[in-house]
Amino acid sequence: MAERQSPERLSPLEPVFHPGSHGNFEHGVDVILTETRPGSILQLAAWPGEEKKLMAAIRSVTGLALPDGAGGGVAKDGKAVFGFAPGKFTVVDEAEGLASAFAKTVTPAVGTVTDLSHGRTAIRIAGPKAEWVLAKFFAIDFALPAFPVGAGRSTTHHDVFAQIQRTGADQFDIYVFRSFARSFWKALCHASEEVGYEVQ
Amino acid sequence: MLITCPYCGPRDVIEFTYQGDGNRERPQPNSQDLDAWNAYVYDRLNPAGDHNEIWQHSGGCRTHLRMVRNTVTHEISSTSFARGDHNAAARHKAGGKS
Ligand SMILES: [Zn+2]
Repeated sequence: MAERQSPERLSPLEPVFHPGSHGNFEHGVDVILTETRPGSILQLAAWPGEEKKLMAAIRSVTGLALPDGAGGGVAKDGKAVFGFAPGKFTVVDEAEGLASAFAKTVTPAVGTVTDLSHGRTAIRIAGPKAEWVLAKFFAIDFALPAFPVGAGRSTTHHDVFAQIQRTGADQFDIYVFRSFARSFWKALCHASEEVGYEVQ
Repeated sequence: MLITCPYCGPRDVIEFTYQGDGNRERPQPNSQDLDAWNAYVYDRLNPAGDHNEIWQHSGGCRTHLRMVRNTVTHEISSTSFARGDHNAAARHKAGGKS
């Protein structure tokens, strides 16, 4: 008899996800592409004037202290948060169940919690040529002084929304719509061919 | 052409959407003043020079922006959040007798 199992999480990238080295990697692999598959991806929004209370709620639930300022963020211990619009934040956790934790803390008077865990796909690009490859996609400044570690950016690639968080000096996590993720992934692989890439 | 979003910083114009003339004043929804509605729908200053405009950073943070753009040179001399404006106007109206 079939055992009861927790449902298997399926990736929209599955048919085009090919682990191994690809492209021009004879001289080394300059970017590594992965799908981080976090259990929780949330969007939190504060009503005008309630931003500090929402940031305090984020700190109490995740332990992450948001820096002040537009697009500020932090990533550590399997969790990440960054501002993507005034009073709005993306919060990510490796574990599932973050939405219910926030539903208790973010009261209707403070703001809203939207669970996008099944609506976004998280793609990580890391390596010495990560900035170079992303600069071919997005018309924003990827240089470290302009885009510090932890910070987030909202932008688009061919009208497809993308939220990007820098999670290391040469590492970026990109959140795209699940329905566009396969197309974006294929484009990202294609753009990475010239530098040599490895899918992990 | 770069537009400096007050939240996101300088971004390519391709990320922005024009939302119309920023000089218009919408009559109250129950207004019977046909001249005011006519002015709201049709009357435009059409200046050769600085022009108040509403834009949206639709390909970024998605906030609505109030901007002054020079229609001759395309120079953008100011950008600010439209929301602050809107709230100020709403407070003003709530306190006054219309
Ligand atoms: Zn913006």
